Amino acid sequence: MKRPGRMVREVLDSVFRKAATTRYPYGKYSMPGKFRGKLDFCAEKCIGCRMCMKDCPTNAITIRKVGEKQFEAEIDLARCIYCAQCVDACPKKALEATGDFELAGIDRAKLKVVYRGKPASEPEKKT
Amino acid sequence: MIGDLFHMLIFPGFLFLVVFALAAEWVDRKFCAKLQNRVGPPWYQPLADLIKLAAKEDLIPESVDRGMFMFTPTVALASVVTASLYMPIWGRQALFSFRGDVIVVLYLLTIPTVTFFLGGWYSRSVYSMIGAGRTLMQLFAYEIPLFVSILAPALLANTWSISEMSSFYRDHGWLALFNVIGLGVSLVALMGKLERVPFDIPEAETEIVAGSFTEYSGRLLAMFRLAISVEMIVGATLIGAVFLPFGLDFGPPIGFAFYLAKTLAIVAGLTVFRTVFARLRIDQMIDFCWKYVAPVAFVQLLVDLVVKGIVTT
Amino acid sequence: MHESHDVKVPIGPQHPALKEPESFLVTLNGEKITQLGVRLGYNHRGIEKACEERTYVQDVYLVERICGICSHSHATCFVQAVEEIAALDVPRRAKYIRSLIGELERIHSHLLWLGVAGHEIGFDTLLMYTWRDREVVMDLLAEITGNRVNYGMNTLGGVRRDISPEQKQAVLKGIDALEERTKYYIGIATEETTILKRLSGVGVISHDDTIRLGVVGPTARASGVERDIRRDDPYAAYDELSFKVITTNTNDVFGRAVVRLLELMESYSMVRQLVNNLPDGPIAVKAPRKIPAGDAFSRYEAPRGEDAHYVKANGTDKPERVKVRAPTLANVQAVAHMLKERYLADLPIVVAAIDPCFSCTDRLLAVVDPHETGSGVITWGQLHSYSIEWYRRRGVDFSRLNETFRAGKDNG
Repeated sequence: MKRPGRMVREVLDSVFRKAATTRYPYGKYSMPGKFRGKLDFCAEKCIGCRMCMKDCPTNAITIRKVGEKQFEAEIDLARCIYCAQCVDACPKKALEATGDFELAGIDRAKLKVVYRGKPASEPEKKT
Repeated sequence: MIGDLFHMLIFPGFLFLVVFALAAEWVDRKFCAKLQNRVGPPWYQPLADLIKLAAKEDLIPESVDRGMFMFTPTVALASVVTASLYMPIWGRQALFSFRGDVIVVLYLLTIPTVTFFLGGWYSRSVYSMIGAGRTLMQLFAYEIPLFVSILAPALLANTWSISEMSSFYRDHGWLALFNVIGLGVSLVALMGKLERVPFDIPEAETEIVAGSFTEYSGRLLAMFRLAISVEMIVGATLIGAVFLPFGLDFGPPIGFAFYLAKTLAIVAGLTVFRTVFARLRIDQMIDFCWKYVAPVAFVQLLVDLVVKGIVTT
Repeated sequence: MHESHDVKVPIGPQHPALKEPESFLVTLNGEKITQLGVRLGYNHRGIEKACEERTYVQDVYLVERICGICSHSHATCFVQAVEEIAALDVPRRAKYIRSLIGELERIHSHLLWLGVAGHEIGFDTLLMYTWRDREVVMDLLAEITGNRVNYGMNTLGGVRRDISPEQKQAVLKGIDALEERTKYYIGIATEETTILKRLSGVGVISHDDTIRLGVVGPTARASGVERDIRRDDPYAAYDELSFKVITTNTNDVFGRAVVRLLELMESYSMVRQLVNNLPDGPIAVKAPRKIPAGDAFSRYEAPRGEDAHYVKANGTDKPERVKVRAPTLANVQAVAHMLKERYLADLPIVVAAIDPCFSCTDRLLAVVDPHETGSGVITWGQLHSYSIEWYRRRGVDFSRLNETFRAGKDNG
């Protein structure tokens, strides 16, 4: 049954419906629960096995030794592809993927994030 | 003299037409967005687009004829603005009217299509030449139905002047009902003239980039786009004047409001057509126009001749 | 001017009709196409070579990024090949989850295709509506896998994430909503006059030519060729599902649209079966780091057709050779045949109807030397030394590049 203008009714009904588009960034948008965003590293749990470095497809994470049984991680946010393979590979669950995806910036140097452990005083997370 | 200059350049001449064309383009885009369940652009978007285009550099390819390349957009814009001078905005009288002005207006409305062809042809790029060829092919398809459907009511009203046609139909309202077929035909033909979906074949973005306008940029492209928007207004005004003759007897504010409502209603109708159809192929379009649209236009002509015969006896 | 009135129009590599770069050199006579030349290779990224330098675990993510829309297909195909070499026994639950994500990906791809086809024929409303509905599937996939595209669900030996009961309910609800919308689109596609005019009788290829040119996927199924890897060579959980293989006999673009729409309906029923019969158990087995020597050939029914991967392992933790044959490579050769003596206006929709994914396809590069005639094949070693020599002649020495690169890596 050929009919020209078959979509007319649906199209006219759409006028009374709310728009399907979100006015991001004026409207807030967050990804569902287990979205793989920016990584978070807990230096206390790290044992320096470097499995994450071996498994990272892009060499985005570097583990450095800064003291006796103390390690810090440097993650290059530009290289990371947010696959969370390092999260799976870590035997001590020191890495975790948060839901943060608004990581754009204008300074490339700021995209290398270093995660350090707590020294005796306050934690120093330089971003 | 000053009064005439004011009318020609400010209102209802050039400036008013440009403002109204931008407003109508916004109505078209916003309504189209709502029909497609989107948000759509804010009210200043067409103006912003115009300013942006006008501020960009005109890139003229080396091997083209500079004179023709720059001349064609100007002619396009000038002819549509001139055509608007002969149409009644409110009241029964247009700014300048004389017997026979409906023919002049129809020819003035053909000139932009010819300039699209010339602009595309002189661009000497493959895409522009294909687009230019398609523009002319499309012209041959919709021009006859458009002319016939506008001239049939003129026959019935016994005059070749648009203002007098409007007056005639306002006075003999029931005769306007015989022109309903012509209204449909002229809307379809207007879609062809304005190169809107389903007839936007000369400017098919997914096939030939931008058709005749591929090589245009900057102020020249701004003039072409403005000419198309003004052509939409002028075409809608023409259809409103010939087929929808009500609200002509009120004074300026209310009469003007009627005019705005009529024109924007026609624009909205064109928008709905834009959203529910796909683009036809050029051979399918010519088939469709000559097999269905032109015969219906001639039926309208016949109806008007018969009615005229009955009425004058 | 010219003796014949033939005009050469370049469609591509950059053109609004193509979503990805590919070059079609069209020779026109008026509006009719007299000749069509196809050049591939604009999206070649050296992925097969890159796979040889990375471990299997890293390769899963690399292979996934061959394409955005059929990413799970490539990843699953690769992982199946490696699991076959290593003789791993993937648990049933993992197979079901793989098939579930595969079917959701097929739904997403077909809805995307519907929108793109609408855009190519100038019907933007269809584009907006289908892509709005596609968001339902993408949100489901983001909920289950953690990303909207490039799902990262596969790992050697199974899948990485499990599905919770709430996610299962969300999937069923989403599928119900999409089924309503798909029925509406089937109505539109079969009844709207302008769509029928643009799609019927366009891009015709006969049944025999389809088999002769090696066309795969919905493009072949629209010409009556009943081939579907899910039924002919079942993998993952498809041997336990019941579904129909959709074919039509119209041999044209309209048939391809109908096949994809009806495949959407079949996918909905398959997703329901998968979700309702999901078996319990582990989601992965431990895979060794070093895969023993051997090779395997694995096939997968991607949304575009048959996707084939060949993996050769040599006992180390990096593969020796990975070869990818994407479905579009099989289909693009039929485009020239379909467009003989047709109109230029048909070109975008015919190319769109094979659902081209040139990112998947470009595994080789044809380099045209204007001074030489004929063609040849050179090996990787020859290409390597030829490129170093080419640059050395121009004063740049790349022969020590490997060492410089590794030294630079440690400095960050």
